Amino acid sequence: MSSFKEYFEISPRYRNWSFGLMGVGVLSVIVGYIMYGSSADEAVNARFWGTMLQNSVYFLLVVNAAMFFICATTLGMGAFQMSFRRVTEAISVAVIPLGVIGLVVLLSLIFTDKHHIYHWLNPHGDKILEGKSVFLNKGFYIVWTILTIGLWMVLGYKMRALSRELDENPLPDVESGKKYIFKNTVWASLFLVWFALTVASTIPWLWLMSIDAHWYSTMYSWYTFASTFVAGMSVIALFTIYLKNKGYLELVNEEHLHDIGKFMFAFSIFWTYLWFSQYMLIWYSNQPEETIYFIDRIGNREHGNGFKGIFFINLIINFICPLLILMRRGSKRNYTTMTFMAALIIFGHWLDFYQMVFPAITKDANGITHANMNLFDFGVAAGFVGLIMFSTARALTKAPLTAKNHPFFKESIIHHT
Amino acid sequence: MSVKKFVVGCFDEETKLFAAVKNVRKAGYKIHDVYTPFPIHGLDRVMGLRDTSLHTAGFIYGITGTTTALSFISWVFTKDWPLNIGGKPHFALPAWIPIMFELTVLFAAVGMVLTFCYLCQLAPFVKKHHFHLRATDDLFVMVIETTAKTNEAEALAFLQQLGAVETNVQEAETGWWLGRYDKDTMPFQVREASV
Repeated sequence: MSSFKEYFEISPRYRNWSFGLMGVGVLSVIVGYIMYGSSADEAVNARFWGTMLQNSVYFLLVVNAAMFFICATTLGMGAFQMSFRRVTEAISVAVIPLGVIGLVVLLSLIFTDKHHIYHWLNPHGDKILEGKSVFLNKGFYIVWTILTIGLWMVLGYKMRALSRELDENPLPDVESGKKYIFKNTVWASLFLVWFALTVASTIPWLWLMSIDAHWYSTMYSWYTFASTFVAGMSVIALFTIYLKNKGYLELVNEEHLHDIGKFMFAFSIFWTYLWFSQYMLIWYSNQPEETIYFIDRIGNREHGNGFKGIFFINLIINFICPLLILMRRGSKRNYTTMTFMAALIIFGHWLDFYQMVFPAITKDANGITHANMNLFDFGVAAGFVGLIMFSTARALTKAPLTAKNHPFFKESIIHHT
Repeated sequence: MSVKKFVVGCFDEETKLFAAVKNVRKAGYKIHDVYTPFPIHGLDRVMGLRDTSLHTAGFIYGITGTTTALSFISWVFTKDWPLNIGGKPHFALPAWIPIMFELTVLFAAVGMVLTFCYLCQLAPFVKKHHFHLRATDDLFVMVIETTAKTNEAEALAFLQQLGAVETNVQEAETGWWLGRYDKDTMPFQVREASV
């Protein structure tokens, strides 16, 4: 093992890029605040907070998906991911900075009473919103948001600590190995239960669906989960390929990349399945209080069609492209195709989140939605990308890149698809 | 359909089999096939087999299914028998997508099963030669195809040297033929020469 590069070293170029992107992000937030955020006009003001909400929630859920991947594979006794497990762990460290940012953004929406974004903050006189106030109220939102992000951090930290604990103390015998796997299983299932109660159910309803407060869809959370999980797999693929390219991760080969590619392919299809199920049921029953969600996005004569382009580009990038490009075995084993597709999918689901958040926020007095995406949105997104790059790279330098004492490590080296 | 002469070597361990396959190929013999009780990872690569085109066939079957569903449903509901269903447009694409999906799966699945059976030469009432019955139980059976120039004795000795526990020469039909396993009608005489 001595010839292996055990620790990642951040190259100056990488550091410059991550700081550059973070600088762009901070600058965008400041400029955006001056342009939109400081405005007394609620519609303009919501333009700033909508972007902050979209980006902080999207990137937080994406990096948290890395920890979901670790826990799900732990519970499934999976081994193939062990050779790049430290990369996944490093990505999940970004839950801490992004969680803090997300918490600040979400709580400031509540404390500064942004009812242009969350109409339910002021439900008086609105029968539907008053009916929903058991779930959609300030107290619950604050407590649940803090609990959610806090427990993601704590349980994620515990999973990483369990993995690190073997670096210095190899397991002496098979019995202790079994105990170690069991301990991992217990903590992974705790994380997954919490994940199910948050990302797979309440959190997307609370953070995102409540923007369209009168509308609801029980599929919304799974849709959000699929969206962020496939983007999370893409982030894992990108970092793995980057490290491989720099000569690290000698034990990762195209067999592992192939399996990451399968996840990206399969969950793109799964995302489409949920997208379509949600769309078709609403289209079929044709109830005005449900169709309003898609009228805001696809548009019609009275409502304008500002989001129509984004709505369909979203479907092309996130369904047609992965379906046709990632279907072949060869393309899932090819580093160039995988890099391209990973970047495309991350962008595609960012766009998906854009059209989930903005139509209701940008609706004017006549009920017309306006898609006014500009450099501010891209700048903020760049800031988050830089932050994930920096946080992941920093975490990678702190732990050996191979979890070499894990009982399943050998199985991962000889992995063959 | 032709009867050929084969040199057969049986191995009882995977590791020996892998090395033997490599050496036999290196020595210039042509491997007819390797029969194993269970799929062995990496054996196809060692044998130098190309990737199967079964998935390409599957894609084509799938596309055929999608096209069949879309063209038939759209013809029925827009041209042949237009119905007003809940005030929806006649060309109601979202409602058809589940059926298009199902026909895609049906065509792809059935087509691929039939293609797979054809490629493996499997069908009811059809028989193929077994080089060794224990290939379905606990032996890895490697079959080398011979030519007029092959020295059989040399090939048998080579296989034994590579660790084959059982070797023989068989004359066998290469393809499949109509027949049943219980009431077999042999189109030729199998000659076994145990060494």
